[in-house]
Amino acid sequence: MAIPVDPEVPRTTPEGPHVVTSEERSVSQGRIVLRRFLSHKPAVISMILFVLIVGFAISASGAFGIPGWWKWNYSQLTPIVDRGRPTLELIPFSLGEHPFGQNTPGKDYFAMVMRGIVNSSYIMFILGLTAAFIGVVIGAIAGYYRGWVDAVLMRFTDIVIVIPIIVVGAVVGSAVGGLGPVLLAVFLGFVAWTGIARLVRAEFLSLREREFVEAARVAGASDLRIIFKHILPNAMGVVIVSTTLLLSAAIILETSLSFLGYGVKSPEVSLGLLISDNQAAFQTRPWLFWWPASFIVVLSLLVNFIGDGLRDAFDPRQKRVVFRKVKELPEDAIVEDAAGPVPVGGTPGAAEGRA
Amino acid sequence: MLTYILRRVGVSILILIAASLLMYVLVAWARDPLQDLYALNTPNKDQLIQQRIQWLNLDQPVLVRWFNWLIGAAQCVIPFATCDLGVNIQNQPVTILLARAMGSTLQLVTASTIFAIVLGVTVGIVSALRQYSAIDYTFTFASFFFYSLPSFVMGVLLKVFVAIGFNDWLRNPLISWATIIVLSLIAGVFWQAVVGGERQRRLIVFAGSFVTTGLILYYMSATQWFLDPALGPVVTPLLIAAMAAGMALLIGGPKARHAWRTAGATAIVVIIAYFVLQPFLKSFGGWAVILLFVGAALVGAIAGWLLGEHDKAQAIRIGVLTGLLGMGVIVFDQFLQNWNEYVRNPRVGGRPIATVGAATPNLVGDFWIHGIDTFTHLLLPTISLMLISFAGYTRYARGGMLEVLNQDYIRTARAKGLPERTVVVRHAFRNSLIPITTIVAADVGGLIGGAIITEQIFAFSGMGALFNRGLFTADPNPVMAYFIVVAIFAITFNFLADLTYSALDPRVRAK
Repeated sequence: MAIPVDPEVPRTTPEGPHVVTSEERSVSQGRIVLRRFLSHKPAVISMILFVLIVGFAISASGAFGIPGWWKWNYSQLTPIVDRGRPTLELIPFSLGEHPFGQNTPGKDYFAMVMRGIVNSSYIMFILGLTAAFIGVVIGAIAGYYRGWVDAVLMRFTDIVIVIPIIVVGAVVGSAVGGLGPVLLAVFLGFVAWTGIARLVRAEFLSLREREFVEAARVAGASDLRIIFKHILPNAMGVVIVSTTLLLSAAIILETSLSFLGYGVKSPEVSLGLLISDNQAAFQTRPWLFWWPASFIVVLSLLVNFIGDGLRDAFDPRQKRVVFRKVKELPEDAIVEDAAGPVPVGGTPGAAEGRA
Repeated sequence: MLTYILRRVGVSILILIAASLLMYVLVAWARDPLQDLYALNTPNKDQLIQQRIQWLNLDQPVLVRWFNWLIGAAQCVIPFATCDLGVNIQNQPVTILLARAMGSTLQLVTASTIFAIVLGVTVGIVSALRQYSAIDYTFTFASFFFYSLPSFVMGVLLKVFVAIGFNDWLRNPLISWATIIVLSLIAGVFWQAVVGGERQRRLIVFAGSFVTTGLILYYMSATQWFLDPALGPVVTPLLIAAMAAGMALLIGGPKARHAWRTAGATAIVVIIAYFVLQPFLKSFGGWAVILLFVGAALVGAIAGWLLGEHDKAQAIRIGVLTGLLGMGVIVFDQFLQNWNEYVRNPRVGGRPIATVGAATPNLVGDFWIHGIDTFTHLLLPTISLMLISFAGYTRYARGGMLEVLNQDYIRTARAKGLPERTVVVRHAFRNSLIPITTIVAADVGGLIGGAIITEQIFAFSGMGALFNRGLFTADPNPVMAYFIVVAIFAITFNFLADLTYSALDPRVRAK
């Protein structure tokens, strides 16, 4: 939710007229959000760690035809060393022959886990971006045009919502013949857009009544221009935050599908598939479980923290709390929320007034 | 309002029909139901294939099959018509499979949902009241962590550490000194953070909970309590009294005489009932236990009515809750008394916590033994499901509570000098429950779908397993039956959520 910034009315404090300090001068909305995000330490640390982990995995396993620096390939059989135990040593640091061990046929587990991280993050991003794109377009059109266009699109959304996503995984996995992670992600994105579409529609319904839209229409702007140039930038907060939260759900979704056997198929590797293949080996060779499991949890946790930071940056309502600390807070800390109650859950169409 | 409801129902039915068509085509497209027969090498292969084609009408086009299925399914809602959801690939009627799956799924998800809601809301509200304290950060991190933990990882970890670990430990249930000290320290730090306040108060709470936890753990270890657990004639009455005091304090407040009288009277009756019931309780069955609970609630209600003075409604609430909780303690104690017998049972063999299935096969015993058996089987999947949804409720409850605490009427309530307890419990807590209600309603609607992954890990045959097995073996009818039940429940409860929201919060209009 974007914060309405009103440059016309200067904020006044009881001490006298508001003095514009150097750091408050001409700060754009994006810059405010960025500054707020950067002050959210867990989110920034999570962002850095996430980039480092995914970057490390890509450089180790290679991408776009460029081979990575790691000597083994994820599908290459290697002679079993020391019954497949991990050779990673921290003190003194040495990777050894197979730092994460080997699985039963003798594939190098480090290469497989790195490949799994790369595949899982590919799927996460492609799924998230596909879903965000479809959701934004459908939500924007429904919210902007209202009327029968809205009714048809929202009923279509309702139909897609009730389809279990795992069925789509099964269809893509067998009928299309295992087209690989990228197409799997695109097809999953075709059903994962519903939440974003509803949020964007609700945002558009309220934004289209604002004066700047009226002004643009009077100036002769086309519908497309109003939607994409005027309203959408104002709804960007909702889009970015819900996409990030979708990304974190996408990791769990992909690994769960692969675990059940509907997602990524062997010989390709995914973190969920690695756990599914090796869950019986937990007692005898626990590292086959621990490496992929900890990477799933860490990646998902990092994305969740990034999403939390973004939400705080775009929607600072919950940050400002006036609980027993009224005296310690500066005068303008209480941000009044004029938007009224926002229904949580349920369909937006039913709960909020439609003109 | 009536036209709104009718329109909504009509649209929902159309959505269901359209979605079922899409779903039917997708399932038919996903896998070939004959693929396992093609791989056969037996001489009657062709016959088997013909038979299955006949069972599932595979010789007709998909749209015709869908239409037949739809007519059969529609008969389920028309009175006096026989419900027909088709047969699975073994020619068993799906309606029977569905009923069985729904029964075991409800058994699995009910407890986990209730615990997740109660714990999640409590933790979320404590977290909101202590915003930006160490306990808030701990809870926030924990809820993010559980949210990020896929259910298959959680299931495997629970199996290995809780089930196998606890069963191994039970052979010689000694708690080492290091464990006692660490657990007591954790308890001390936790409770002082929850209670909060001045440094002196925190120190007292810390010391109190540290010593209490240490003593309890030492007692349990020294007497090998876990081998033959029971609360006993001293702890049970004390626990009932503590529950009563807690209810009176939380709902009524420290100075509300009627609350304390009601809670005290109910607690005394329940404690007397505990001693009177002891010899008979073992022979009671399920219905008798339910009657006991109803009786306890009635006693509480009557006590509240008689002693309620000016606030009978509140006193009745306190009385009923005290009665139910007190009876819960008595029943819990009886289960504990039967624990030893259960563990010694040759079919259990000293390893009580089960990792697969819903019940020990061929177990002979009374209500209490079967109750414990169900408990030990449902414990791990319930914990797993609970921790996952717990995370979501914590976040919602925290966010909702913070939003309410920011409202003007909270400031007004403080300004007119109400005690903090009244402000939090009466003004803030109740209003923060409104958005949570709608989330709970929507979640309860999704419950019947079971938990596909958790059911698979714990070899539990509920709705999720019905769906998963059906999809894996290309068996369209069980998948469709799952789909239609889940979709109807989801749509209905979403609708109820909207209606509840507009009923609870008059500012939101349903139209």
